[in-house]
Amino acid sequence: MLRISHNNTLIYWLSVGVAMALTIIPLPFASLNLMPDWVLLVLIYWSLGRPEDFNIDKAWCVGILIDVLSGQLLGQHALAYVMSLFLVLKQHKMIRQFSIIQQSLVLGLILFVAQVVLFWIVHINHDISLSAFLWPVLTGILCWPLVFITLNKVRTLL
Amino acid sequence: MAVLLSILVLSIDQYTDKLKSFRGYVSLLIVPLQYGVDLPISSVQNLSDFLLSYQSLHDKYTALQAEQANNQLKLLKFSALEQENIRLRTLFESSFKLGEQVLVAELVSVNLARYEHQVLVNKGERFGVHEKQPVLDALGVVGQVTNALPLTSEIILITDPNHAIPVQVNRNGLHTIALGSGQLNKLILPFLPNNADIVPGDLLITSGLGGVFPQGYPVAEVVSFTVQPDKPFAIIEAKPKAALNTSRELLIVWKNQSMIPLGSKSMTATDYAED
Repeated sequence: MLRISHNNTLIYWLSVGVAMALTIIPLPFASLNLMPDWVLLVLIYWSLGRPEDFNIDKAWCVGILIDVLSGQLLGQHALAYVMSLFLVLKQHKMIRQFSIIQQSLVLGLILFVAQVVLFWIVHINHDISLSAFLWPVLTGILCWPLVFITLNKVRTLL
Repeated sequence: MAVLLSILVLSIDQYTDKLKSFRGYVSLLIVPLQYGVDLPISSVQNLSDFLLSYQSLHDKYTALQAEQANNQLKLLKFSALEQENIRLRTLFESSFKLGEQVLVAELVSVNLARYEHQVLVNKGERFGVHEKQPVLDALGVVGQVTNALPLTSEIILITDPNHAIPVQVNRNGLHTIALGSGQLNKLILPFLPNNADIVPGDLLITSGLGGVFPQGYPVAEVVSFTVQPDKPFAIIEAKPKAALNTSRELLIVWKNQSMIPLGSKSMTATDYAED
């Protein structure tokens, strides 16, 4: 995970781009709720691996991109990402030591924070229930090993 | 710091539209991504069109030709009726609105927010699209433009829970409002009393009130009418006429604001602006 590679920035934006594409892939309405927040998982991966390079500022920019991408109130994803990544960056040394399973569980809490922030903001304009926002937390926990292993592979290959 | 900035941006965007141009510029960054996601889907569709057999193409062609003849016949009668309508309105001394202009836009197959019914189309501000324009398809009203970005625009469907459209029962002219239900095949009419004159099968058309949608386009068909004896309003459900989840081509409409002057004999038919 600490392996140094020179084109990390390129891989960073590529992986964020792929995560964004996964977010907007058209799916039946019923299964949309099950989609984990791919972008947040990728951001967490990078802030765990290289906290000094991929910090809050980049996460804020990505959040704004996501807001424009989904045609939402500007700043909601930015706020959610910034708050959850702050937690990750605070504890990144500890979280890095965990096994993947443990990491997933800890990240579950962080994903929960992000989704609750999103829910609060979305709730201003939309009448929806919190349950729609809890599925991404669960699927996020399940998908974290996948994201982690894939990105590790990609980084060692390139 | 970033948190404060986010909250600032959030409140500015919630209460003003000062960030519209910013959103436009940022959207230029992500348009390639959206088209990239759309590409495999649209190319699969193009491929399946390409692989149609001669026989099925021929069948389709003859069917369309028959339909075209049929529609042409109806249009002939329609223009006569239109003239008559204008003459009658002149007698009543009321004015008549000209037809609308439309622009054909194609759907970009990406999904926006999961709790909203919004779609993205490939025509934006560059084509003069602006907010609150009504959007139709061949069968009925689809929705309206919520965000006109430089190259694309976002369209809210009539079934979005936050959308309401003023409608009128075609049979007797009863006015009401149809709300989105959050399900693609259902609209709700919550503001009609239990004794309202409305039956399943009634066609709902736009009433033109509210000023967003032009008058007279089909919106939905009433499917159920449930009387609630203990409540002031009945539960009425309707099914949208437009093929909300299947149509790829949508029509963005420009309203013609100018009225036909009274007594004028010249009348132009509806103009179709090709894209």
